[in-house]
Amino acid sequence: MLSFKGTSSYIASAELQEIVTLAFDLQKPLLIRGEPGTGKTVLARAVSEALKLPLLTWHIKSSSKAQDGLYVYDTVQRLNDSRFGTGDVQDIKKYIKLGPLGQAFASPTRSIVLIDEIDKADIEFPNDLLHELDAMSFAIPETGETITARERPVIIITSNAEKELPDAFLRRCIFHYIAFPEADEMRTILKVHHPRVDEKLVSAALLRFYWLREQAEIRKKPSTSELVDWIGALSRAGVDVKSLEKEVPFLGVLLKKEGDIQALKQGSKRSHSSRF
Amino acid sequence: MFVDFLYHLRFYGLKVSSNEWLTLLEALDRGHAAESLSRFYYLARAICCRSEQDYDPFDRAFAEFFKDVSYPGSLQNDFEKWLKDAKAPRLLTEAEKAAMKAMSLDELQKMFEERLAEQKERHDGGNRWVGTGGTSPFGHGGFNPAGIRVGGEGQNRSAVQIASKRLFQNFRKDIIIDTRQIGLALKKLRFWGRDGAADELDIEGSIEATGKNAGDIQLVFRPARKNHVKLLLLMDVGGSMTYHSELCEHLFSAAHQIAHFKEFRHYYFHNCPYDFMFTDVEQDQRVLTKDILRDLDSTWMVIWVGDAAMSPYELTAVGGAIDYFQQNREPGLEWIAKMKKHFPRSVWLNPEPKEYWERASNKLVRSVFPDMYPMSLQGIEDAIKALKQQQQRGL
Repeated sequence: MLSFKGTSSYIASAELQEIVTLAFDLQKPLLIRGEPGTGKTVLARAVSEALKLPLLTWHIKSSSKAQDGLYVYDTVQRLNDSRFGTGDVQDIKKYIKLGPLGQAFASPTRSIVLIDEIDKADIEFPNDLLHELDAMSFAIPETGETITARERPVIIITSNAEKELPDAFLRRCIFHYIAFPEADEMRTILKVHHPRVDEKLVSAALLRFYWLREQAEIRKKPSTSELVDWIGALSRAGVDVKSLEKEVPFLGVLLKKEGDIQALKQGSKRSHSSRF
Repeated sequence: MFVDFLYHLRFYGLKVSSNEWLTLLEALDRGHAAESLSRFYYLARAICCRSEQDYDPFDRAFAEFFKDVSYPGSLQNDFEKWLKDAKAPRLLTEAEKAAMKAMSLDELQKMFEERLAEQKERHDGGNRWVGTGGTSPFGHGGFNPAGIRVGGEGQNRSAVQIASKRLFQNFRKDIIIDTRQIGLALKKLRFWGRDGAADELDIEGSIEATGKNAGDIQLVFRPARKNHVKLLLLMDVGGSMTYHSELCEHLFSAAHQIAHFKEFRHYYFHNCPYDFMFTDVEQDQRVLTKDILRDLDSTWMVIWVGDAAMSPYELTAVGGAIDYFQQNREPGLEWIAKMKKHFPRSVWLNPEPKEYWERASNKLVRSVFPDMYPMSLQGIEDAIKALKQQQQRGL
């Protein structure tokens, strides 16, 4: 049985390892939810790297259709070819372009499909995929072909919880919510990204970071990826550890919304004046 | 024996069915939980939960089913408090008083906890298969209830302890109408139009152009079809609306999530809009109503949400606003009428059942704003139909 243990650059908690292995073994899609920046998308890359399986990514946009993941029939190309006499118009197969899911089904080896940010699509999108995910096959009426997966791909789906997903879809998935890492876990993650940064700086920065996350005024809370960037900036600029107690340098790296920066400044003024 | 556990989960409101049950059995059969209860916890959670909101009920169900762990805020805490506050009973003999003194509060508590533990065991009997020796599928024959609570060393962070920490408490949400249903209803609110870059092949157009071109293919492109609806949501908050806040949140998040509107804006008011409204629920950030009317033209569709329940003078009197800082120079009803005129395509959703609509303020509002619908799924659908009819009538 294949099992997932994380990679040198991706720290997976024991429970996450357990759940990825489970989804893999039961051959069910794995639905990952969590705050932005908790490493949902990176997980698929890590799984692909650790298990040495090819990764096919399908980025979902608001205009994405379930059909796009299977195949697209390039009519315009065929019409053009026919008009200018280029290419073999007889061979319709040439104009059938498989999407990420289609490629995974057609592939002779097992692969990993990442359906990234499924909640960006139309509300009916997940329902349109149900049949293909269950049967792991689909038909192409243009060629009369049916593509059936030889090796069921591992499907990893991420969602930012912008939209609720239909029940019928959820029932078929293994679900996992990536909780925001606690300070100890965060330290391990940071060590992977910044192995040479001073321990003291990391500790002071972590304190500041978790304090910032607790501020009620802030709408868009800084996440792991922002913290990694921030510590990089701090160490490159050679920021003094002590100055972190008084201020937050490079605040723009952590807070991306103008309103949040303003709110934080006002909040600190208020707490300042109340002290005196 | 898992059937009991599944029914226990259902009792806690998790929508588990035979489907999950079979998956769970298959997973166990394939050796996933192995010898470990914590691995079983992760396994069952991944299979039985459908969103992070399910994590907390799951944790509670799991903790209760598998062990008599003490919840924070359980009865036990109350008992401790009662013990501390206990008043001396009257009419006691000297001997009885002496006997009472002999027992310290600590001793009493200890005895009481022992009693409590005993009682729990008798009550729970029958369904706790961990700890009942050889029948456990996990080989945890010697799993001792006290062992968990006392021995917290290293690896022994048991699943029950994790579950009883209730890390996911904040995600709990008892949903009545869910956001998805409202989202589906709102989806019907669309009017197609084409503008922007021409990036879609117009097949009909291409055929016609090719025909005119004597068979030499000519491709015609056109802009993709997009929803033209611009939606403004005006919500009554605070006061009597607090009872309906959950329903309103669902409507709001459904409208907010649904990405298909061309533009979406929302403002808040308390009971009735006057010279200004608010951009936040807390009613700190003001926006002048006349600025809203200037910025948004009559093509915007408006959904009002409010119970229209207030004192009639809040609608009819100058300065009648419930919040003194409004100091309105025009009566509220005139503002409503003005806005209805500015935005001819607008409907009012009322979270109160129709039986309550006979109050004076509601009648007043309906005198200038007849398109009022109850805020049920059916009501929302009717309201959206009405918006589309208003559009078709060319209002």
